[in-house]
Amino acid sequence: MNWHRFLAVLKARNREFIRDRAALGWNIIFPIFIVAGFAFAFSGKPMDLYKVGVYGTDSVQKLAEAEKTQPFFRTDYIRFIPVSELAPALTKVERHQLDMLFDLDQHYYWINRDSPKGYMLERILHGADTPADTANHSTGDFQRQTVSGREIRYVDWLIPGVLAMNMMFSALFGVGYVIVRYRKSGVLKRLQATPVTAFEFLTAQVVSRLWLILAITSGVYAGANLFIDFSMFGSYVLLLLVFTLGAISLISLGLLVAARIASEELAGGILNVLSWPMMFLSGVWFSLEGANPLIQQLALLFPLTHIIDASRAIMIDGAGLAGISTQLLVLTLMSGVFLLLGAALFRWK
Amino acid sequence: MAVLLQATHLIKRFGDVVAVNGVSFGLEAGTCFGLLGPNGAGKTTIIEMLEGITLADSGEILYRNKPAGADFRNDAGIMFQSTALQDYMTVREALQMFGSFYPRTTPIDELVDTCSLGEFLDRDSRKLSGGQRQRLLLAIALINNPQVVFLDEPTTGLDPQARHNLWALVKRIRAQGKTILLTTHYMEEAYELCDEIAIMDHGKIITRGSPKTLLAEHFDEVILQLPRTDIPGDPTELPLPVTLHEEEETVEILSRDINATIRTLLDNDISLAGLQIRPRTLEDLFLALTGKGLRA
Repeated sequence: MNWHRFLAVLKARNREFIRDRAALGWNIIFPIFIVAGFAFAFSGKPMDLYKVGVYGTDSVQKLAEAEKTQPFFRTDYIRFIPVSELAPALTKVERHQLDMLFDLDQHYYWINRDSPKGYMLERILHGADTPADTANHSTGDFQRQTVSGREIRYVDWLIPGVLAMNMMFSALFGVGYVIVRYRKSGVLKRLQATPVTAFEFLTAQVVSRLWLILAITSGVYAGANLFIDFSMFGSYVLLLLVFTLGAISLISLGLLVAARIASEELAGGILNVLSWPMMFLSGVWFSLEGANPLIQQLALLFPLTHIIDASRAIMIDGAGLAGISTQLLVLTLMSGVFLLLGAALFRWK
Repeated sequence: MAVLLQATHLIKRFGDVVAVNGVSFGLEAGTCFGLLGPNGAGKTTIIEMLEGITLADSGEILYRNKPAGADFRNDAGIMFQSTALQDYMTVREALQMFGSFYPRTTPIDELVDTCSLGEFLDRDSRKLSGGQRQRLLLAIALINNPQVVFLDEPTTGLDPQARHNLWALVKRIRAQGKTILLTTHYMEEAYELCDEIAIMDHGKIITRGSPKTLLAEHFDEVILQLPRTDIPGDPTELPLPVTLHEEEETVEILSRDINATIRTLLDNDISLAGLQIRPRTLEDLFLALTGKGLRA
């Protein structure tokens, strides 16, 4: 590796991108539009439906019994959801994903102090008592407990996906398509005639796109946060690590696609074939929970799935290094495989 | 003179097509060697094999009597037939970038002066005219102060002024002692610039030598040219070797003895008012050796 040559190619590529104002502008504005659009679309009040978790040994049976004996559990417009584990259910109360939680074994209930819905449900709980019920301690034997926490909106869930999706388009098309264009126009042939090696050239492309992606993603993150104020419970360092590894894996995939192709039309087609399934199956817009297991397995083949899973785990669940270690490992392996294959298959002409 | 670059029995196939078929030649230090041939003759393939851009199927390339390896790129200056530079790059930035690829470079100011790039040094390279662009590409080819310069059809598509300007540049480079390998379709260019030429066809060198020697070897006659209208009757009935060019409305007569030919014309009451006499050119030689049929 000759650093002079590497830096010269890196500088030239950076300059080309920064001076191409249309491309630069599109890379910045596109994700902001998407985030702003979704923030606007989902800022209205959701359907007025209360969600109450019911925990207990054999919670389904307990819930059925409660419905018979306690009028609150027969209230319309409240969906009672049996839950099997208490801790995750409590986390959901903290995030306003559940409005109330009952432990039918211990006779506790939890609401979120900051949740209007929790407040309303508590009032309904007590208001639902009849004198006879009160006499039978139908509600009075539940002891009030509280938690606190912010609501997780759809836009909070969406942000990691949109940031990752923008990274994907920037990496695949910004590297793959550009290299094919270089090859077609003869830029690569001219570089081949110099002492620049394929490794130096490819590394410069990876580094150039990597820092641009990270800079733009950070800018979009900060800018979108100003308007939307989305949730971030985890570590920024970990998030940067996920985005860095994710960007490298996607850039490497772009390099692999562009390794030999000299037709921009063919490259565009292949990149679309890769990016569209990733966009829909990697969980950018909706969760794949409950989808066909085959689809879920297929999604695991995409680097975007792991980037989104890890970044959501950090931003929404506050996951630490251990919590995202699987995704980090997969992204590292994918980056290695794509890079090695791309370098081995690379042709200047 | 010492042979700087030697190609021996180079062969290159593309599928069933033999693009280069056992070509051998040597480039003497400080000379300009021209490779001429119709489209598809194999000129560019040969030059790319010498540059190391295309691998030969067989044969040997020696630089200074050693196999030309990766280090040869430090000593070679290359100007491709068609080259693109990265977008949004000024002339100065292009020179700086290519300069940083080599351990030894020609000062940019010197190149700017040599190739007359001063006026548009900070202009986007995409906004240069054809001649300016070729001068920039030549400057890039010279950035590493090369010993051998490969020029693949450097003046194709240029107007006469730009072409003559580039010829002057090439002469200046040759005067600096650099060895040049030039491919061209322009016979006038080859005659003007090359110390030695090789004419290729179907992947083989069919003749080789200095332009003057080759002309002397192949031709011992001159051409007398007359307007068709100056010859009453059928020109082919004249007792002379006549070629009729219908489209140009001219008649060409090959002659080894001008006085005798002119006497014959006068005897046949042909006006000599429009007579032009020209020697045989490299173009005549090229067409005589490679034929007049259209190539790909």
